[in-house]
Amino acid sequence: MSLMEEIGQRALNRDVPLSVHLDVTYRCNERCVHCYLDHNDHGEMTTQEICGVLDQLADAGVFFLTFSGGEVFMRRDFLDLVEYARSLMFSVKVKTNAFMIKEKEAQRLDDLAVQDVQVSIYSHRPEVHDAITLLPGSLKRSLAGIRLLRSHGVKVIIANVLMMRNLNDYAGVKNLANELGAEFTNDPTITPMMDGNRSVLQLGLGVPQLHDTFRKSDLVGDVDEFCAPPPPVNDGALESYPCSAGHTLCYISPYGDVFPCVQFPLPSGNVRQQKFIDIWRYSDQLNEVRSITLRDLSVCSGCGHAGTCTRCPGLAYLEGNMRGPSTQDCEKSFARTGIPSANMHTKMYYPALHSSTPHGLVQIAV
Amino acid sequence: MNPVYIARSTAVAARSLDGEMMIMSAKDSTLFTLNPVGTVIWQSADGQTPLAEIVEQKICAQFEVDPADAARDAESFVSDLAGHGILLISGEPITPAKLLNGGPR
Repeated sequence: MSLMEEIGQRALNRDVPLSVHLDVTYRCNERCVHCYLDHNDHGEMTTQEICGVLDQLADAGVFFLTFSGGEVFMRRDFLDLVEYARSLMFSVKVKTNAFMIKEKEAQRLDDLAVQDVQVSIYSHRPEVHDAITLLPGSLKRSLAGIRLLRSHGVKVIIANVLMMRNLNDYAGVKNLANELGAEFTNDPTITPMMDGNRSVLQLGLGVPQLHDTFRKSDLVGDVDEFCAPPPPVNDGALESYPCSAGHTLCYISPYGDVFPCVQFPLPSGNVRQQKFIDIWRYSDQLNEVRSITLRDLSVCSGCGHAGTCTRCPGLAYLEGNMRGPSTQDCEKSFARTGIPSANMHTKMYYPALHSSTPHGLVQIAV
Repeated sequence: MNPVYIARSTAVAARSLDGEMMIMSAKDSTLFTLNPVGTVIWQSADGQTPLAEIVEQKICAQFEVDPADAARDAESFVSDLAGHGILLISGEPITPAKLLNGGPR
């Protein structure tokens, strides 16, 4: 067990919220086509309110703090919030599009010793990136911001969300990251809108594209291992928790709403009305999330993928049942291994593995 | 023997978990955990209290340990942490301004 895993286990045993993701605003200067947020301001927490929440988070034992949005620099007080968080000794990560990062911001983020800054870059080609952010010139400005951060020694992670419209550009973005001295990560997950609207999912990769993506060693490493059939599911796996959402991490919105995770919008309390620690300990919703083991999942507990599936309980919740399957993750498991999930059998849903194969006529390996 | 002063670097993240300190270096994201004795030293590293005083008044008072052994172990411990850039050591008291300007990254 690594030191990080050991700390995670100790936090789990002690009911400590080790990590919190705090969105300081939903406002944004970009209008990314796949974004799940409503960018209008419905009453963000003030500077004083957020600092008060940060005090509570520190007292509760939170160590890892991610500031995100919206675009964090839409708040004029953002760097003051980071400074306050650092004075409380949080390990601070920042997610930004870097569009508004100039010399002063880069210098201050370095002075404040943030752990890293994550910037979404969709393509190395302006015509593709800017068509996703719907902000002309955004790639150029984001890259300029990244260069400034790197010139000050700030660690930068370039995150590349894979969608149909930028599917072929990940290698270009990866090369860009290398040139800039940034790390690279990518993810094919598109999140439904927080109000449940799932229309943005059509922008995501289909199963044939996932199948091809999962066979690229520069993205997944050892392809044979990554795409291997799942091992038999044992009792240990069935007694495990689906993920750390609500167990050692949670999410707080700009309006003070607390959820198990940024991708799990189950309202669990509001820090404007209750102390954070009381929500963390006594929220019926968080305690319900904590009570669920893999064995309790109606369909997934009987699925051969159960032990290795990336099933996200938040995506399952957004699909209608936090104990149910997440079809997006079923598709990933299917695309990886060629083996349909229990959910797919239940729904008689067998998408084509290859784009050249007529839909529904795929050879099923069972 | 000249006094040794120690101060926590401002370039780290730190939090107590179950009575033990977790510390992460911003420089290279290396994660450390300190045992209860190390945690007491870390929490006492205010830049103003000599290490010998910390050992005598905190370590020897809270843990059953030979004072000479404790002093030797503490010196080795703070030297180790300083090597990782998460603690600053000086022969003079360390002011906050000095930490900001001269603290290790």
